Amino acid sequence: MSIAARRTTRRRTFARGVHPDEQKQLAAGCPIEALPTPPEVRIALLQHLGAPCQATVEPRSEVAVGDVVGRAEAFVSAPVHASVAGTVARAAMATLPNGRHVAVVPIRAAEQQPLAGEPLIEDVFGGDWPLERLDRYEPLQIVEAARAAGLVGQGGAAFPTHVKLSPNQQKPIATVLVNGCECEPYLAADYRLMLEAPAPVLAGALLAGRAAGAAEVIIGIEDNKPEALETLRTAARRTPVVVQPLKTKYPQGGEKQLIAAVLNKVVPGGGLPLDIGVVVINIGTAAALARAVLRGKPLTHRVLTVSGGGIRRPRNLLVPIGASYRELIEACGGLKEDAARVVAGGPMMGFTVGGLDVPVTKGTSGVTVLSREEIAKAAETPCVRCGRCVEVCPMGLVPTKLALATRVRNAALAQRYHVAACIECGCCAYACPAKLPLVQLIRLGKIMTS
Amino acid sequence: MAETQPPTASDTPSASAAPAVAIRVAPSPHLCDAHLTTRGMMIDVLVGLAPVLVMAVLVFHWYAVVQVGLCVLSCLVAEVVFTRIRRKPIPIGDYSAAVTGVILGLSLPWGAPWYIGVLGSVVAIGLGKVVFGGLGFNIFNPAMVGRAFVMLSFAKELGASAYVVTRSNLEVLTQATPLTIAKQFAADLAAGKVVAFEQPVQLEHAKAFWPLFIGQVNGSPGETSALALLVGGIYLCIRRAAAWQIPAGIFLTTVAFAAAAHGSMLTPFNALHHLISGSVLFGAFFIATDPVTSPVTSTGKFLFGLGIGLLVVLVRVFSGYPEGVMFAVLVMNAVVPLINRWTIPRPLGGPVPRKD
Repeated sequence: MSIAARRTTRRRTFARGVHPDEQKQLAAGCPIEALPTPPEVRIALLQHLGAPCQATVEPRSEVAVGDVVGRAEAFVSAPVHASVAGTVARAAMATLPNGRHVAVVPIRAAEQQPLAGEPLIEDVFGGDWPLERLDRYEPLQIVEAARAAGLVGQGGAAFPTHVKLSPNQQKPIATVLVNGCECEPYLAADYRLMLEAPAPVLAGALLAGRAAGAAEVIIGIEDNKPEALETLRTAARRTPVVVQPLKTKYPQGGEKQLIAAVLNKVVPGGGLPLDIGVVVINIGTAAALARAVLRGKPLTHRVLTVSGGGIRRPRNLLVPIGASYRELIEACGGLKEDAARVVAGGPMMGFTVGGLDVPVTKGTSGVTVLSREEIAKAAETPCVRCGRCVEVCPMGLVPTKLALATRVRNAALAQRYHVAACIECGCCAYACPAKLPLVQLIRLGKIMTS
Repeated sequence: MAETQPPTASDTPSASAAPAVAIRVAPSPHLCDAHLTTRGMMIDVLVGLAPVLVMAVLVFHWYAVVQVGLCVLSCLVAEVVFTRIRRKPIPIGDYSAAVTGVILGLSLPWGAPWYIGVLGSVVAIGLGKVVFGGLGFNIFNPAMVGRAFVMLSFAKELGASAYVVTRSNLEVLTQATPLTIAKQFAADLAAGKVVAFEQPVQLEHAKAFWPLFIGQVNGSPGETSALALLVGGIYLCIRRAAAWQIPAGIFLTTVAFAAAAHGSMLTPFNALHHLISGSVLFGAFFIATDPVTSPVTSTGKFLFGLGIGLLVVLVRVFSGYPEGVMFAVLVMNAVVPLINRWTIPRPLGGPVPRKD
C-alpha cells in the first residue's frame, strides 16, 4: 500500500479539541435553494481582510449582475460586484456582525432579474466543469481571474484569495488543502455544496493547485459527512486530488488544526501556512474560483445555511451578497418565539447581531438562530483549576491562566502564557465546568497586551 | 461579559409572521457543554467515594457512620457560618464542603472523639478554604489542613494507639494498623533489639495480601479497602473528575522508592504492601486529585504525583510517623504554583514572536 493510499483511508485528526452537539441534521437534508431576489441588496465596501474598496458607481445609475461597484486598489483587497440588476441608491453605512461600521452600496433590485430561482442555481453550479487539461490556464491568469472576481475566503475570515495563490519565490507552495470540515455545529452549506456540486469544487481545487504550483491537492472532510466523502471521492477518481477523511472534532476546520491533521505539519507561531508551503482554501472558495476562471463570473452569490433551534424552517440558500439577514430569516419561516441569539456564522465562533438589518458578506457561512434552550448555561462558579480548558485547547495553551491574567490586568502574565497564540476557537469556554467566559477574557487579554 | 440590552428583532413591523422576539448580543462561543458543571464534578467525587463508604461501614460499623456524618454536617455548617461572616453568597449547592467532610471523616482514626471531627471540619473549611476566598482559591487541600491541625493538636488521642481497642466485638479493631506494625518492626530492628517472637507473627499477619486488599485491617475508615478505593478511583478517572496523571505519578514513585527501601532493609513491607496499605490509594485517588490544589497541566499533574509518592515513602521510612500521605499532599500543595510555572506548555507552533 502506497503512502498516498494509506493517507486516504485512515481518518486523521489534530490533538485536543471538543465535540459539541453537531445539530447538522437540522439543515443537512435541505437541498440548496435560491433566495427569492430581495428588493434591495447592500454591498459592503469592506467585507474582507485588507483595504476597503472605493465605490465606482453613482446613485441612480443602473447596474447589471456582476458589474463592479467597488474598486480595489491595494494588493490585499478585493473588488465587490453588483449581485442583482437594478438601480444604485444613495450611499449608506451598515454595521457588520464583527462590529465594523462600513460604507455600503445599496442597489434596488429591478422587477426583472436575468436569473432567479432554479435557473440561477443551474447557472452557478450546473453545466460542464472540466477536470482535465486545466494546465491550459497559466498560474498568473488564474490569480488574476480570482482577483478580478473579488474572491475571498468563504469560511469566515475572508482573506483575499489571489493573495494566497500568488506565486512566491521565497516560499514555494507544496500543498493546497481544501477545507471541507465545516466543523462549526449547525452549518451544512459546504456539505450541500460538496454533495450537489462536486465538479466545480474539484475544478476549483485543481485550479488553486495549478495557480500555487502545488504538487498535491488534498480535500479534508470530517467523517460526519460520509455522503460528501463518497461523492467527492467518486468525482475525483480520475484527478490527482486526494480526498482525506478526518475525525469529527471541533475546530478541525481551523487552518492550523487542519494542517496538523492532514499533513502532520505545524505552522510556526505567528506564521502563516505559506511559511510551510501550504495554502488552505474553503470548499465554497474553490467552487467560486472555478466559476471565476472557467466562466469569468465574479463572486456575486454564495451558499449559506440558515439553521438553529430558533428558526422555523432551516434551509441552505444561494444568496446574493448584500441580502439582509431579515430576508434570509423570513425565507426560512421567521424566528420562533424562543429565539434568543442571531449569530453570523456558527455558534462556536460566530458574532451575534443586534438587529436583522445586516447585509450578507462574502464571508457569511451561515446564520444560526439559537433558542433560549440552546444557549442555556449553568451558573458561573469560581475556577476550580480542573484543567479541562488545558485538555481541550487545540493550541496547547493554559486558558484559565490567560483569563486570570486579564482579570488581574497582568500583561506580563498573559505573555508568559503565550496569549498571542490563541486562535479564539472557544473550546475552553465550551468545556469549562465553572462556565467561565474564558475565551472572551482571553480576547480582552490580547487587546491588553498588544 | 454581561449581555447588552435586547434590541428587538422586529423593530419595524413587517409582513412576516415573525413575532416580536428579543434577540441579544453576546460574545462567542454560544454553546457550552451542559453535562459538565462544577457541581457535577463534586457529585462524581461523592459517587466515587460511595464504595469506600460502604466498605468503611462494613468494616467499622457505626464508628464510620457517626464520624463521616459528623464531619459532613460540621463542614456544611462551617461553610455557611464562615461565608456569612465574609458576606458572600452561600455556596452549599456546589457540594464541595460535603466532599471535604466525607474525606476528612474517612481519613481520621475511626475512634477519634466526636469533638475532633467537628474541630477538624471547622478548621478545614475556615482556615483551609474560606479564608483564602472559598472554593477555587485555597492553596492547601482543606480536608488535609483540618486533619493536620487535629493530628498535631491531639497527638495522644489520634496517635497509633487511637486505632487499637484490645477488647472489641469487631476483630479488626484489636490489632495495630499494618503500617504501625511495619514501623515498629523496622524501629526495633534498627535499634538492634532482639525481635520478639510475637512480632514476626504479627508482621506476617499484617503482610497477608487479601485482608489488606479487601480491607479487613485496622486503620482510618477510608483507607483500609484497596478494592473499594480502586473501584471508586477508577470511576473518578473515567469520569475525569480526577486526573489519572496524579495517581499514576504517585503509584510510580511509591512503588519505586518502596521497592528501594525494602531492598535496603529499611522497611519490612515490599512495594505492593506499601501501595495497598495505609492511605496511598485513598490519597492518590481522592485527596491529591482535588483539582483546586493540584497543577493545571497534565505534565504538572504527573510531576505533582511523583513528588507525593516520593514524600510518602520518605515519611513512612525515615520519620517517626507510620504514614505520610497527609504531609506529602500538603507539602506538594505548596509546590503547585512552582510546578505550574515550570510546566507552561509550548503552544502549537511555538511562541508567537513579539512585534517590537
